[in-house]
Order: sequence, then C-alpha cells, then structure tokens
Amino acid sequence: MTTIDTKKKPEGSGSAGAAPLLEVDNLHVEFRTREGVAKAINGVSYDVSAGETLAVLGESGSGKSVTAQTIMGILDMPPGHITGGEIRFHGKDMLKMSKEERRKIRGQKISMIFQDALSALNPVYSVGFQLAEMFTVHRGMSRKNAKLKAIELMDQVRIPAAKDRVDDYPHQFSGGMRQRIMIAMALALDPELIIADEPTTALDVTVQAQVMDLLAELQRERNMGLILITHDLGVVADVADKIAVMYAGRIVEQAPVRELYRQPTHPYTKGLLESIPRLDHKGRELYAIKGLPPNLMRIPSGCAFNPRCPYAQDICRSDVPPLHRISAGRGSACHFWETVMEGEVRG
Amino acid sequence: MPDMNKQQREQLPTASDEQPQFGSIENPGLMLADEEGTTLEKRGAYAAPEVQGPQSKPRGAWGEAWRELRHNPSFYVSGVLLLFLIFMAFFPGVFTDIDPRHCPILDTNKDPSGDHWFGTNVQGCDVYARTVFGARASIIVGVATTALIVVIGGLIGALSGYFGGWLDTILARVTDIFFGIPLLLAALVFMSSFKDRTVWTVVAALGIFGWMQIARIMRGSVITVKKSDYVVAARALGAGTGRILGRHVLPNAIAPVIVVATISLGTFIATEATLSFLGIGLPPTEISWGADISSATTALRDSPYQLIFPSIFLSVTVFSFILLGDAVRDALDPKLR
Repeated sequence: MTTIDTKKKPEGSGSAGAAPLLEVDNLHVEFRTREGVAKAINGVSYDVSAGETLAVLGESGSGKSVTAQTIMGILDMPPGHITGGEIRFHGKDMLKMSKEERRKIRGQKISMIFQDALSALNPVYSVGFQLAEMFTVHRGMSRKNAKLKAIELMDQVRIPAAKDRVDDYPHQFSGGMRQRIMIAMALALDPELIIADEPTTALDVTVQAQVMDLLAELQRERNMGLILITHDLGVVADVADKIAVMYAGRIVEQAPVRELYRQPTHPYTKGLLESIPRLDHKGRELYAIKGLPPNLMRIPSGCAFNPRCPYAQDICRSDVPPLHRISAGRGSACHFWETVMEGEVRG
Repeated sequence: MPDMNKQQREQLPTASDEQPQFGSIENPGLMLADEEGTTLEKRGAYAAPEVQGPQSKPRGAWGEAWRELRHNPSFYVSGVLLLFLIFMAFFPGVFTDIDPRHCPILDTNKDPSGDHWFGTNVQGCDVYARTVFGARASIIVGVATTALIVVIGGLIGALSGYFGGWLDTILARVTDIFFGIPLLLAALVFMSSFKDRTVWTVVAALGIFGWMQIARIMRGSVITVKKSDYVVAARALGAGTGRILGRHVLPNAIAPVIVVATISLGTFIATEATLSFLGIGLPPTEISWGADISSATTALRDSPYQLIFPSIFLSVTVFSFILLGDAVRDALDPKLR
C-alpha cells in the first residue's frame, strides 16, 4: 500500500568511518535578559552521520532544545547569543553562512519535527495545502501535482484514507495523526538530517510507540541522520544508536545506547536510570535524584551537578570535569567516572 | 506474505489512534473487550467530537466562523439592514424620483403628506429624497475610512509587532501621540485647512486620526501569532520572511482587526455626521444626513420631521454596523461571548 521512496539505498545504520553529516563543535549559547545572563549551552559537541540516530537526553533547561534551535537557525536572537563554537554541516560551518544560505538548508537539507503538532500546523489551512506548499514553493510544482505528492506523503506516514483527508484541517485530526502530518512535512523535501524535538511527548503512550516506530522506519529507508531530543529514557532505548546526556548546558555523558544503559559512567545518568520505575521493584520506594536542576544564571562552580551528586568531593566544587574519553565514542564528564562505572545500577 | 503481516500490524494501532485509548499496547485484550461493547456507551461519548470530523465537509477557521455567523440572528438583522442601506446608497433612484436638489422655496417647512412623505425642509427640498440620497455619503465615508484605517493601522501594527526592537519603540510612541489627539478635534482642524472639501477629504481626515486602535490590536495580535509554533515551524521548514508574514502571521492575526474595523465603521459614519452637523464636514453641495440634521435644528419646533427622519436613518446605519461587528466578533472569537 505504502509507496516508499527508493531513490536512496539504505546503507545500514551508522555507517562507520564516514564523515559525519553534522558536527556541533564546542558550542556556547547564552541568553542576555534583564535579570541577567543565562548560560544555556556551555561547550556542547556532538556529531551525527547519515543513517545514524543520536538521542539527546536531558531535563527541561538542560539546553537540548536550545542546541537544536541553534542548529536550525531558529533561535530567538536577541535575547539569544551564540558566543562560541561551530556547527558544521558537510564540513561547512553554518554559523558563518549568510541568512539566505541557511534558509536554503532549512527544510531542504535539515528539517525539524516539533513537539506539539497541533500548534506547529497553521490552523487556517488544510493539511494538504500545507504539505503541498512545500512542493510548490521549493520545487516549483503545479498545485495539482503538489497535491498528489501531498497525498503520497500522507500515505507514507500511514494516514488512513489519505485521499479523503487531504482537505481536512489540523484540528480535525487526532494527536497521533497530526504528528504524522508533521513528520510528513519534515520529510517532504527529502532532508538529509531530521531534528525531532520531543516528537512524542504530547502523545499518549500507545501512540508514542507507533509514531516513534514510524519515524525510525522512515529514517532507515531514507538513510537520514536523526537527532532525537527527549527527556524520556524509554523512548530512546529501541531507536537510538548513541546517546548524549545533557546537564546545565553541557554534555555529561556520551555513549552507544546499549553501553549507556548497561553501565553508566556519570552519576547523573546513573540517577536517571535508577529513577525509572521497574516491575520487579514493585512496592519499593522509587529513587529520585535529590535537589533541583540548577538556575542557568547561577550555575554552580566546578561540576554543575555537584550539589546533587552522591559522589561529590572537593574537586567537584572547584574544577569543571572535562569529557574523559573512556573508549571509542564514549565519554564521561565526571572526575570519578571509574568509580561510577564500577558501581551497580540500583533500581 | 510479510507484506500482509505488516499491513495487519499497522491497521490495528492506526484505527485505535483515532479513538481515545482505553486499553494499552501491552494489553490489547483489554482494548478489544472495550470494542466489543462493554463500555461502548462511554466510548461513544468520548469519541463524539471526532466522529463528526472526517465525515462532514472539512472546514477551516474561516469556514467555522462563517457557519457560526449563519446561526446568529443579529447577523441577519444587521445584514438585511445594511444590504438595504447600501442598495439605497448606490441606487437612490429606485426609491424616489424626486430630485433632492430641487427646492421650490414656496414649499418650505411642509408636514409629511402624499407628495412629500417626510415633509420638506426650510428651503422646500423633499426630506425623503434627501434622506435617501444622503445614504451614499455616509456609506462611502464609513467604508472608505475603515479601509484606510485597516491599511494604515494594520501596516503599522504588523510592522511593529513582527519586527519589534527600535522600530516597535518608534511606532508605538507615534501611535501614543496620535492617541492623545481627539478624533473630532483633529478632524475639525484638518478639515478647516482645506478650501475644497469632498467626501475624500473627510475620509482622509478620519483615516489619518483614526487608525491607532487598529494598530494596537494588530500589533498585539501579530506578537501572539509570531511566537506560535507554526510560525517557528514554517521558519524551520525554510519559509522566508515574506511568506511567513503573508501566509502565516497575517491570516491568523487579522480576525480581531476585522471585528474592531466593522464596529468602528459605524462610529466613523457618526463622526462624519457630526462634522457635517458642525458645518465643517461635507460641502453644502453634497447631501449628507449630518448637514440635514444641522439645518433641521432651526425649524425644530415647527416641523420636527426634518430632524427625525435623517436621524433615524443615521442611527439605524450606525447600529447595523455595530451589530454586524458584534456578530463577527462572536463568530471569530467564541471565547469572548
């Protein structure tokens, strides 16, 4: 039933050795507000290759969404200011490009899926019109052909009876269906990289899994890079190739997905894993990381996590830990990563 | 064969996607039980709004507003009145074959009769004919002024709302300054500086000093829309500034402006009448309700008809536009009711 774009041959996920599609290199972003300067991103580096899925994990205010907005070039500036770093797409620094060059990348090369599809779709146009517009504007297609393409796309994201629903308006779709439309919009121009900012947070659990599976499948078929931003450890486990955990605008741990779940090397990651409810621990009190995420205007000195960390010692309050390289593709920004690694993950 | 499997697998979740979830994916049995009828009633109640969606004709925000409007009696009342008045403004000949400028002085101050339905005025002109012909000036002034303030106010409001920063600061101060000038006073001064006054001078006077409310509303509305996710999403999918403004910001920000514009249309007609009443509006050669009301005051005690009839028409016109504005507001923003 579904027509699948076979222009690109799948090369298997995470083609090793290939030059990364996108590299974020030591990025710094701050927000200058009347109340003071909030340092939202303090030296974030990560990369994604074609066909690879990177999950960026962190709680609200950890800087995961700001990083994504900076990559997309949709950061509100001011108050946002990029104070350092590079974002290289195919090796070329996007932060040095002209506005027009960047606009041409948006949607066509790098595209984005938003959390709440109802508010991310324009309420005054039908979904078919919004999808078709991608083709009329960027591909110069006629309205009629563009509409056919829109129906084809809706089919690809498995909207039942796409032909009948193409003229429906966003509010007439259910949450899951709307998110599929959003995915279709993002995929319309065959981008090489997709950034999905909490794509399933607004959906209920069963629909979450379907949308996530669909996204993963489309990504494999088209060999796209995918940056999956989430605060939900459950969402990433099946889909991601590697994970970057963010805290207070820094990456505190980076690892292939399986290794991270099996053996976290940062106390924060460990705490997150331990606070997942588990069936075999029924009746036991659920673990919670004590304290609150830091105020970005007053990030604690040394390691930002130190006030909440059970492993914290004097050095943690004075020195910012670098991202220690543990093995290929694995790093931890903890002075005591070895100790953390040896410890068992309690639940 | 594997293809079949895939289809089957997809079918179930997609179908359930449309409905509120009662079972979970780990527990499909529960969901099926629900579907078989145990809590069918409950399901039906929850699913009700969804059911109507795909089957009825798709409607956008504007279609929805139109439907709302068609169910509002005040829309019909004001609509019929306005159609009648507009028709009268454009085809006064249909209503009377008396020349409103034919004023035999011998017929001065006559009471209503078969020949002169509304009587005659001081100069002996037929009041009915003058009332019918007077609609044109009022309607033109009202509609043209409103169009002008929507353009001026809309542009200023949209620019300052969308671009913000120093442009917003300057435009906001300019708006404040104009707000400080009373419309009637400013129009009076403006009009008195022209020797040859026409309908368009009145329109210009009212437009130049009447756009501020629209600008403020447009600005606020644009700021709200600008921050909405679909504008950010459009940007993220590669839309340029022009497209974002034209396709996303304006269509979503225009609704409150339409409401205020319709309501102020009536007040502009009233202001024109006031100006003409004061003798500074339309030139005496033009027929206008305001001017006629003014000249009627001299004979008020002997023949009040001269005053009453144009006043009724003026009030009904203003009332109709305000009523229409209310209906439009109810349709565009049901939350305000």
